[in-house]
Amino acid sequence: MKLMKIKDHNELFEAREYQEQFENKKEFEDPWPAEKVREVAEWTKTEDYKEKNFARKNIKINPVKACQPLGALFCASGFADTMPFVQGAQGCVAYFRSHLNRHFKEPLAAISTSMTEDAAVFGGLNNMLEGLENAYSLYKPKMLAVSTTCIAEVIGDDLNSYVKTAREKGLIPADLPVPQAHTPSFVGSQITGYDNQMKAILSTITTGKKSAPNGKVNVIPGFDTYTGNYRELKRLLGIMGVEHTVLADVSDTFDSPNTGEYKLYPGGTPLADAADSINAMATIALQRYSTSKTLEYIEKEWGQKTAVLPPIGVRNSDTFFEEISRISGKPIPQEIEDERGRAVDALVDSHPYVHGKRFALTGDPDLLLGLVSFIMEMGGIPVHIVCTNGDKRFEEEMNTLLSTSTFGAEGKVYINRDMWHLRSLLFTDPVDLLIGNSYAKFLWRDTGTPLIRIGFPLFDRHHLHRYPIIGYQGALNMFTQIVNTVLDELDRKTMNTTSFDVIR
Amino acid sequence: MSTAIKDTQKMIEEVLDAYPEKAKKERAKHLAANDPTGQCSTCQVKSNVKSRPGVMTVRGCAFAGAKGVVWGPVKDQITISHGPIGCGQYSWWARRNYYNGQTGIDTFGTMHITTDFQEKDIVYGGDKGLDAALHELKELFPLAKGIGILSECPVGLIGDDIESVAKKVQKEFKIPIVPVRCEGFRGVSQSLGHHIANDTIRDHVLGKGRLEKTTPYDVALIGDYNIGGDAWASRKMLEEMGLRVIAQWTGDASVNEMGIAHKSKLNLIHCYRSMNYICRHMEEQYGTPWAEFNFFGPTKIYESLRKIASYFDDTIRENAEKMIAKYKPVMDAVIEQFRPNLEGKKVMLYVGGLRPRHTIGAYEDLGMEVIASGYEFGHSDDYKRTYPEMKEGAVIMDDATLYEMEEFTRRLKPDMVGSGIKEKYSYHKLGVPFRQMHSWDYSGPYHGFDGFPVFARDMDMTVNSPTWSLIRKRGVPRKSGDLVGRQL
Repeated sequence: MKLMKIKDHNELFEAREYQEQFENKKEFEDPWPAEKVREVAEWTKTEDYKEKNFARKNIKINPVKACQPLGALFCASGFADTMPFVQGAQGCVAYFRSHLNRHFKEPLAAISTSMTEDAAVFGGLNNMLEGLENAYSLYKPKMLAVSTTCIAEVIGDDLNSYVKTAREKGLIPADLPVPQAHTPSFVGSQITGYDNQMKAILSTITTGKKSAPNGKVNVIPGFDTYTGNYRELKRLLGIMGVEHTVLADVSDTFDSPNTGEYKLYPGGTPLADAADSINAMATIALQRYSTSKTLEYIEKEWGQKTAVLPPIGVRNSDTFFEEISRISGKPIPQEIEDERGRAVDALVDSHPYVHGKRFALTGDPDLLLGLVSFIMEMGGIPVHIVCTNGDKRFEEEMNTLLSTSTFGAEGKVYINRDMWHLRSLLFTDPVDLLIGNSYAKFLWRDTGTPLIRIGFPLFDRHHLHRYPIIGYQGALNMFTQIVNTVLDELDRKTMNTTSFDVIR
Repeated sequence: MSTAIKDTQKMIEEVLDAYPEKAKKERAKHLAANDPTGQCSTCQVKSNVKSRPGVMTVRGCAFAGAKGVVWGPVKDQITISHGPIGCGQYSWWARRNYYNGQTGIDTFGTMHITTDFQEKDIVYGGDKGLDAALHELKELFPLAKGIGILSECPVGLIGDDIESVAKKVQKEFKIPIVPVRCEGFRGVSQSLGHHIANDTIRDHVLGKGRLEKTTPYDVALIGDYNIGGDAWASRKMLEEMGLRVIAQWTGDASVNEMGIAHKSKLNLIHCYRSMNYICRHMEEQYGTPWAEFNFFGPTKIYESLRKIASYFDDTIRENAEKMIAKYKPVMDAVIEQFRPNLEGKKVMLYVGGLRPRHTIGAYEDLGMEVIASGYEFGHSDDYKRTYPEMKEGAVIMDDATLYEMEEFTRRLKPDMVGSGIKEKYSYHKLGVPFRQMHSWDYSGPYHGFDGFPVFARDMDMTVNSPTWSLIRKRGVPRKSGDLVGRQL
């Protein structure tokens, strides 16, 4: 039997009858005259509009930033048998879960205490007590990692005394770790929420665990939403023979094999390993801005050496391996040198297509620092660098980085700005390539700047998060994505010219 | 009491055993075996009450109901997520409420616009910043037909007076500035957010639109959010019947349409849960009657076309019959193609506003049976409308938890589950075919004659994808070839 052709929304509404419907509907819409719309549309591309756009101080339009508890949830989910537990309103947790589900295409369990109007008046004690009891009974976690949403913070819930009460009442075992992080959405962003939760978990779980050095290196990846990065990190440290503990290892949490069973806790850093992290020889963070409080705590309270070694791009990866080698006393094996050689070979081979290309970028601070460094290594020119959740320290660090290369001369960093600002920049000072998350596709549509999807969230392309962007293999992956975007674009532009080359 | 009901009740009791005493007692009231006759007194579920803390409810909040569902889709107004960054970020273009227009110029649906509260706003209040934000928006988006201020939790907690800011600025701008008190801590679910949004439509825009003339055939399409183009598929049918759709609420809606629906001769409501309030208001205030209808699947569509036509004259009634005659062969062909693949398959649903009952007929058209259904935020009037649609002994669940859904799945062994994104991937891991029934899994439309073929195709690909049979249980020796497939 010949199957019938079924048209869904992608084709259906192109039909004449629907196009007529849309036209006729305008009778009731009271729309602006088409000429007026065109005029305003053109005006939004001008310097005048850009000036007004940059003058705004009180409203964000298409920002690149999520809130603290999302980062806290993400962090907590990277520990084995741990249930993220949010003291606050339930809608927040529904949002965090769905946001992460959409990026990873994986399930995520997380609890809220469903605080409502009465809790706002009387405090959230009862919600917390019943929440702890129910969560423990139903989902049997070995750790409940508490974070908060706005409501609990505005009314000033005393988490510590609530947890104490729960233990006294026997609602949860006396020895169940219940670290608590304060993570209101009106402070910081998901990267600081991650930091707060990490610090809370480590300080709780390592209490009383100080003993002989274990000879390991701790690695904190930070708010890194590439599961491929975690696997790559472990592979590389394995090749080097460096004993390590990845703190908040989300690789299995957000990329678990399908085995026909649903596991609430599909992976994560074993709690015993996390507790033993206090005895490591050093702690390495792969991001600075999502780990600064944690590193400060580790240096001060554990007396451990810490370092920030972001392995994005070739030179950053060089530094990463050299420092790991120095700290661990293990040499960099030939296998890794060969990986470097292959990545560099690819960069050399394809350099004509990237050299001199101008880039606009948007994302989290640490990602941007890595990407800008890498772009300059390739001979690309970072131009507009927009970071909604970057602070002054980040701005300075980025400016310092830009000043290290002649390719950085045009680069300008914009902190606390958003993608509507970037839209103005792309119209008034166009670039060749744009790097951003899925929401940057609106910029692609408005300005025609080809989009390379690197960052978070990635909703509209599948499985990118499974491919590492760290180390030499990660550099190669990103480079492949970049150079082939350039080539796709060349084909599109030249398809009706003689330059439609088959060998490039 | 029948055996079917008894068996289901026994199963529910077993599932509830894992709960602590208090939660168990509470949850027991929300789970029941269906009695289509409404005779069995223990078969009515309790609904629209607070979720238990710590159980992992699927529910969202009032902000999600007001911003995400009702106001968000109104295309030519700017919708501000007023408060901290997160709420607007996570609800950004997540519901696929399609619209025509030039985004950022004369329409604003796919934009995330927020006052991004900082600690100073909590300490000193956010009203000044809001006032300034409204002015900045007016300057950058001069074609906006209105601005909605959708409040997030802190706004209500710190006692901001967004109403007076809105009033003052509205006088200045002469466009509706709508303050919506939809803080997430209000109420028990999305549901109160719908109600609050309905009230603000009533108070700020209804009755204020322009409509040159009226006709005896004017209707308004209410409670259709145009997910994947649903409202357009429905509108096409109403127009083919000879009706004139003067307003579409709120999928692809304009502020003007929000202001003229009261002039219709009949308000046609699809999602009863989210917009019944405003229909009742228009009935009381303007005498506009309203009718519920269901455009999922041919059986319900034919029924609904006749029901809608019954409010009008012979011309419309004849048109309805002509349409049924015209489209029935097309619908029959769809059923002929897909029913053999789906016959006898069991479906479990757990969704929102109207789908737990409205899609049952469409599944039945394909030979499938809905063996369990429930609402995240339904009220008793939703459940009353649901009981007769389902078989005796089917499971009815209100505000189900992750734990309950997993347990019911193990016991009932549905061939597919229709629910939301938070549920989707745990079902994928279980090897149970799953379809998102909020967002149509990025497909659609599912409404109307143009939607049913898409629905049928999608359910077929869900149940019959060969990928399910590739799943292999961990630890099972390779040569045994024990594939989990759909057997739990």
